Amino acid sequence: MSDDVAIVGIGMHEFGRHDGVSGIDQGVVAVRRALADAGVQWEDVEFAFGGSKDGGAADTMVSKLGLTGLQFINVANGCATGGSALFSAYNSIKSGMFDIGIAVGFDKHERGAFRIDLASHGLEEWYGESGLALTTQFFGMKLNRYMHDHGITEPTLAKVAEKAFRNGSKNPMAWRRRPMSEAEIAESAMLSYPLTQYMFCSPGEGGAALVLCRADKAKQYTDTPIYLNAAAVRSRKFGSFEVMAPHLATERSDGPTVDASKAAYQMAGMGPEDMDLAQLQDTEVGAEIMHMAENGFCEHGEQERMIAMGETEIGGRFPVNTDGGCLANGEPVGASGLRQVYENVLQLRGQAGDRQVPNDPKTAYTHVYGAPGISGVTILSR
Amino acid sequence: MANQVPVAEGVFTWPSEEPRLLASRCTACGNHMFPIQQDCPKCSGSSTERVELGRTGTLWTWTIQGYPPKSPPYAGDDDPVTFEPFGVGYVEIDGIVRVESRLTTADRDELEIGMELEMVLDPLYINDDGDEVVTFAFAPANSGGA
Ligand SMILES: [Zn+2]
Repeated sequence: MSDDVAIVGIGMHEFGRHDGVSGIDQGVVAVRRALADAGVQWEDVEFAFGGSKDGGAADTMVSKLGLTGLQFINVANGCATGGSALFSAYNSIKSGMFDIGIAVGFDKHERGAFRIDLASHGLEEWYGESGLALTTQFFGMKLNRYMHDHGITEPTLAKVAEKAFRNGSKNPMAWRRRPMSEAEIAESAMLSYPLTQYMFCSPGEGGAALVLCRADKAKQYTDTPIYLNAAAVRSRKFGSFEVMAPHLATERSDGPTVDASKAAYQMAGMGPEDMDLAQLQDTEVGAEIMHMAENGFCEHGEQERMIAMGETEIGGRFPVNTDGGCLANGEPVGASGLRQVYENVLQLRGQAGDRQVPNDPKTAYTHVYGAPGISGVTILSR
Repeated sequence: MANQVPVAEGVFTWPSEEPRLLASRCTACGNHMFPIQQDCPKCSGSSTERVELGRTGTLWTWTIQGYPPKSPPYAGDDDPVTFEPFGVGYVEIDGIVRVESRLTTADRDELEIGMELEMVLDPLYINDDGDEVVTFAFAPANSGGA
């Protein structure tokens, strides 16, 4: 088992809408809180990997945190930006190059659905002019086919969102903290069949940061180091069904989530049966459902029964998205993957308060997915 | 009837009474791609030839666009008051490729995975020259088009 790298400090800036607070400043707050949590001074930090999609260049935060001359590398990898920063930090320590560093992500997006920059996705103008270049359409279509193939029903969709907002109501860092009934969710505006308004997350704002160090030095900083056993990022293969695709091959293959997941299990020397809880990408409710199977936690179609039985609840057999996920937290792209790791560190330390998973969880899993077909997975243990 | 012009050159045959989507076929592995592209993501080859796709297909999956897409890039009606939802689906053509397309119906009771569809032209907007700009769409087969 790989346990060379430990997380010794975590910090978040509240997710939501923060008028008058820049994305960078939210990142700076997250870093300061992570440093305080670890009891580490900024001047002791040897390196940082940071990223943001719309919030500005991460390395400019040194003019606020202090000009110490550290190695600061900006990371831009879409929805896997946080996961990529973490992967890079992990390797910087595991390689022996550095002893202690930071992974940070933050963002600040305009309101409403993401506007797609066609050219940066290698797409032609007519595709957007024709009304096709919308991520919400992809989510509706992937889910509709999945429900058809694997017997997932519409009531199950509302159950997933109801859980998310209920968990979010117990999370002081979450954006949407008002519990909502299944009926209110199911009856909200139909945005992209079969998905309604409250079944989707929204682009938002926020920041998250982690202090990582060599595992053999972790006890200097904390009595409860959390080990980063795996961090893997994968892109799509031929035949996978991804967002922003004017055509699909008739041949099907596993998506990048399956590949990133397998790579992470191999790195950690563990399997899905060893995980005690998970934070899974839930851009919309169908993503959470499909990602349960893609990450190996059940067979395709088994989610219908698991969700009906409450198995993915905080007190259930396998809790999923204990902090309310993207649905309750929103999705500041650069910070989203690190928000999941933050939550898992709290859970493994036993510090998650009202939403603490019972029975002393020892392992926890995170997964992000985004355009144009990229996934990032981490495995933590204590 | 206004003069019709295509949303872009090279997406479907034009001018034509019965336009067909233009795709690429990899000369090395036979993989089909839409729209036309030079490189093949299946075999990493870079030699493709232009082919015309059939005008009929089956619905592989679908959704309904229930809110106005942001404009730009959307060129159709984005006014929330007058916007009409439209269907979107992947249409499997000739068993060789699945093409993402608008659908002429936005009624969930009329849409079913596996149903037969045929290609039609779908008006998007009137341009500054007074021409009707059209894109491609698929309609339930034998419905007489849009
Ligand atoms: Zn080829």
